[in-house]
Amino acid sequence: MELHRLTIHELRDLIQKGEVSPVRVVQDFLIRIGQMEDQIQAFNTLTPRMAVGFAKKFEEMQGRREKLPPLAGVPLAIKDVICTKGVATTCSSRILENYVPPFSATVMARLNAAGALMLGKTNMDEFAMGSSTENSAFKKTRNPWNLGCVPGGSSGGSAAAVAADMCAGALGSDTGGSIRQPGGFCGIAALKPTYGRVSRYGLVAFASSLDQIGPLAKDVRDAAILLKVIAGHDPLDSTSANVPVPDYEAALTGEIKGLRVGIPSEYSIPGMDPEVESAIHQAIRVLEGLGAAQENVSLPHTDYAVATYYLVATAEASSNLERYDGVKYGYRTPRAEHLIDMYMKTRREGFGPEVKRRIMLGTYALSAGYYDAYYLKALKVRTLIRQDFTEAFKRCDVIVTPTSPTPAFKFGEKMDDPLQMYLSDIFTISGNLAGVPGISVNCGFTKSGLPIGLQVIGKPFDEETILRVAHAYEQATPWHRERPRL
Amino acid sequence: MAKITRKEVEHVARLARLELTEEEKERMTAQLDSILGYIDKLDELDTSQVEPTTTVIPMVSVMREDAVRPSLKQEDALANAPDRQDVFFRVPRIIED
Repeated sequence: MELHRLTIHELRDLIQKGEVSPVRVVQDFLIRIGQMEDQIQAFNTLTPRMAVGFAKKFEEMQGRREKLPPLAGVPLAIKDVICTKGVATTCSSRILENYVPPFSATVMARLNAAGALMLGKTNMDEFAMGSSTENSAFKKTRNPWNLGCVPGGSSGGSAAAVAADMCAGALGSDTGGSIRQPGGFCGIAALKPTYGRVSRYGLVAFASSLDQIGPLAKDVRDAAILLKVIAGHDPLDSTSANVPVPDYEAALTGEIKGLRVGIPSEYSIPGMDPEVESAIHQAIRVLEGLGAAQENVSLPHTDYAVATYYLVATAEASSNLERYDGVKYGYRTPRAEHLIDMYMKTRREGFGPEVKRRIMLGTYALSAGYYDAYYLKALKVRTLIRQDFTEAFKRCDVIVTPTSPTPAFKFGEKMDDPLQMYLSDIFTISGNLAGVPGISVNCGFTKSGLPIGLQVIGKPFDEETILRVAHAYEQATPWHRERPRL
Repeated sequence: MAKITRKEVEHVARLARLELTEEEKERMTAQLDSILGYIDKLDELDTSQVEPTTTVIPMVSVMREDAVRPSLKQEDALANAPDRQDVFFRVPRIIED
């Protein structure tokens, strides 16, 4: 049996019944990584010994017929922006290349308690800033469906690892689409929870009012399983909401009769790929066939979301990234005469071009004389964007859109034009500004064989409904069972 | 008219403690100018009656007992230091001779 092809729920069931040893599972994935990593380049760090060590412990428990934790022996990949005690956490940046955190993120503690194993840390755009993973200081991750295309970003390593069966599932982070967009580009299920649903303790901060950790998985059930483990209030993160966590797997009833699906007219934009547009139309017909009702809704400020995002996110980033000064951890320039010189050179040598660009834009937007015109203005438009969703959700239960206006693009295609790169996140950014949850699932392929992402957006803290809709769609279509030919 | 000048880029880079090469200053000025030009579209919206959003969930100050609890060990906190002396982070001199 090719264990690496299985989903989390399939592996979980086999391990829990004692039919497969967790050691065999881990070894199968390690062999798969060994075969694929040269082509895909998904990982910054691999942790095979640690994974096998934990798997042995669970194998012994299996032997003694002890009760196993729910995800015992399930091997996962973790985006390299999530702190892992004793394992390098680089954010794909030179400035953190040798950083080994002395503590673990809350999500890691929760996965650990559930028995899940970490196979390694995945590549990403430096500090999660980007939409193609090309901004990594270390390597270019390739899209498993077409090695000449980007996997999307910033969680490109996690998305590619899941799509190429190099892990059973993965965690990513999403500030403007960084889970959903690579999920769409790589043809998998990828969920950004409501802001506040998952603790950000130990997530290296990019834009603190937007960042959220979430799962990337082979199917919607797996995304539900992972979300259930990582969600919930955490005293270590005061922005994590004290809201009960439902049993997300139980929400996957397959039943969406009478559910109102909102279609925003503003999401038909110039530059939209016709194959994407037609796949989304077909997906909406599938939902109607399952008994859902289509509602036309309006999100009138959509056109302002990218501009708003690039002020709010960069302003917060410029402040969050002040901590990289070469004093307490991370890279320090060897060429400094005095303290200020050390800061300036450390940051020049440690950060890549996109990070510098965003620090500059954010610093500018917050600087004296420009604060009102740029930053404050953006905060006000953010209110209008939030209100759009509040109004729309009075008329529907979920909103359905493409995840991105195009499928995966070629390496280098948007690298010289930051604005074009930013616009590839146009359908996902509003969700972060409004704080609402969204999931991307595969809804077909282009003629050239690239996956197309369907996004289902929900009301705040209503991940259950978007999971239910995405799952019902998945059950009615064959797309999630397709695998890239590698 | 240019939205941002090279002189402003130099000023912002100093505020951000970021040394830029001459070439970077040139490129940064052009790229920020084009991004700021795009961002100008926000001016189409009248926001005079709109409250700003700084957070999407209700935020309350979280209080806890001021009790001693286990925390990071000093050695662990210093383990990643680029340079240290005893239990201190060591940095280049701050005051000129």
